[in-house]
Amino acid sequence: MADVPGNQARLDKPRVRGQSRLWGWLDRRTGLDRLLHEALDERIPGGARFAYVFGSGLLFILLSQIITGVFLAFYYVPSADHAHTTMAYNIKEVTAGSFIRSLHAYGSSAMVIILILHVAQTFLYGSYKGRRELLWVSGCVLLVLVMAMAFTGYLLPWDQKAYFATTVGTNILGEIPLIGGGVKRLMRGGTEMGTLTLSRFFVFHVFLIPAAIFVLIAMHVHLFRKAGAAGPASEDPFSPKQKTEPFYPRQVLMDLGLALLLIAALGVLAHVAPFDLGPKANPADTQYVPRPEWYYLPVFQWLKYWPGSLAVVGILVIPGLIGVLFVGLPFIDRRRERRPWRRPVAVGSFAVVLLSLGGLGWLSHYNDQRDPGVARQVAKQRKGTEEFMRAPFAFELETSAASLAAAQASAVDPLLVKGKALYGEQSCDSCHGDGGVGTADGAKLIGIAAKLPGDKLAAVLKHPTRAMAEGGMEPVQLMDEEMKALVAYVASLK
Amino acid sequence: MGSEAPVPKDFQKPNYQGSGTLSSPAPSRRSFLGWLLAIGTAGVSALLSVPLVRFLLYPLLAQTTETKWSEVGEASEFALISPSVKRSITVEQRDGWRRIVSEKPVYVTKDAQGRLRVLSAVCPHLGCSVPWVDGKQGFICPCHRAVFAPDGAKISGPAPRAMDELETQIQDGKLMVHYQYFRQLVPGKEVIG
Repeated sequence: MADVPGNQARLDKPRVRGQSRLWGWLDRRTGLDRLLHEALDERIPGGARFAYVFGSGLLFILLSQIITGVFLAFYYVPSADHAHTTMAYNIKEVTAGSFIRSLHAYGSSAMVIILILHVAQTFLYGSYKGRRELLWVSGCVLLVLVMAMAFTGYLLPWDQKAYFATTVGTNILGEIPLIGGGVKRLMRGGTEMGTLTLSRFFVFHVFLIPAAIFVLIAMHVHLFRKAGAAGPASEDPFSPKQKTEPFYPRQVLMDLGLALLLIAALGVLAHVAPFDLGPKANPADTQYVPRPEWYYLPVFQWLKYWPGSLAVVGILVIPGLIGVLFVGLPFIDRRRERRPWRRPVAVGSFAVVLLSLGGLGWLSHYNDQRDPGVARQVAKQRKGTEEFMRAPFAFELETSAASLAAAQASAVDPLLVKGKALYGEQSCDSCHGDGGVGTADGAKLIGIAAKLPGDKLAAVLKHPTRAMAEGGMEPVQLMDEEMKALVAYVASLK
Repeated sequence: MGSEAPVPKDFQKPNYQGSGTLSSPAPSRRSFLGWLLAIGTAGVSALLSVPLVRFLLYPLLAQTTETKWSEVGEASEFALISPSVKRSITVEQRDGWRRIVSEKPVYVTKDAQGRLRVLSAVCPHLGCSVPWVDGKQGFICPCHRAVFAPDGAKISGPAPRAMDELETQIQDGKLMVHYQYFRQLVPGKEVIG
């Protein structure tokens, strides 16, 4: 519809005249027509295929994560004392809150799955060949950024599993020789996990990493369009010889097919099995068995095999080597050959790494099931989570200094109870605030007993000093017994 | 959409040696498909936006911020009061995921018809708590000596109006009150929260 000039379209199709005129008007001002051509007429050697859908699938999930993530931020406070309550409020009280949160949480798993498929397809088809080194490297950086999103996002609900999984995760990074201790402390914002850790993870998850992802995606897509679609494995990586097919319509339809499949799968999952939230993180819990999300299980299991001084090999040397080989792949493997069966070393190594990761993940799961102690604890944790999910939302009681002081005073002592009543009756609270917290009109009374010990407090109540009188303090006129109660109450304010 | 669209130099594609293109549908079929896609996408997007819209409209569908009715006491226990009695009520405010509980003093009194009335102890002048002074049979604000009658009517002093009456109702034999604050220093009662 787009490449015919406006007036020609008018001659051809009188029925859509209005639309064409509008389109022409818009195009002359925006250049949309050329943009659409650029986007949709990308030529694919060998034609459209379902194997090529994963890249746009990732973009689609990213879009979903951005939208659901922004919505989640409506009801989220990134601090250790409120994160869990606000999350629970979002899930249990807000309409569709649980559904949107589930889409976001399951979306992260979908992102990792499609990412693995995207990498596997690129690897098997040898699509990193033919002046596509930077395209591959930018993809590797995106892979790391996506895993970092998964890691930082996991802590934000601040429930037991989030807290302990992140404790383990940051401890692992602390094992890196020389810089490990510093890295761990920087990530946590201190030596221990706490509210600073949560703030940091929030900033990384919501501002820094997404910004980096946007930049890297722009680079990745630009580099992809610059190099052109690589086509099937039988195609020459430098100068494609097979007949080409434009991206639109068939490849677009296939990509949309995956998008629809993802929507349906995530929607059904989020509706049928809402993603759970466990009880609030309790750092004092020594029984908790932490387990990361499935995509980090292989790493978790792998590190079990490298105790003590060997940890360097397990954490740094071997993953580092694999990482360098992986990122450097297009620089190392420079042959033109793309067909996987003609590249046994590359494809074999890739398969070994992938299968090892799968095997490690399975082993971790299997070990947990076989160990009765762990299995019992894990079952108990699951039960705790289910109970929390069933319980109605518990509002967070505002614990201001005033209500704390009031609660303390009214605890037991009848003298204090009487004193508190007098404090209200004498209108002390109108200037000094509930529980003596102080207001713009009157000084804070909390801790006054230390400044005016013994009878001095009663003395200034009866005969305020000049400074007090100038501030509006009226002499308190009470019977001795009542004065005693009032003084006892004021002195008790802490 | 043919393949002869002008492509700027910097976007030049690799040297495609394959001639012609695979299966490119006729323009009319393409534009029909375009419409179909546009309508399909719009439909799916509309469907997907349903939970998002419901999420956004939550404050319209539910009470997210409110002050609940506070219990003052059994209505029967105020039958014989004269002229007024002071009570501390617990005011619970719901603010999103927070519950703010505070204690407020109020006076229970009766009007000429014997109907129970609840007065806020906050002075309409500058907000001090007004105590009942037995010897004077009236409310006297300690801050600036505003004086009010037992039913809260203004007698003398700087207060711009009578003491503020709070909304009440009898629920299961209990006197309930809706605690509110009113603007100070104005002659009329204006709710401020």
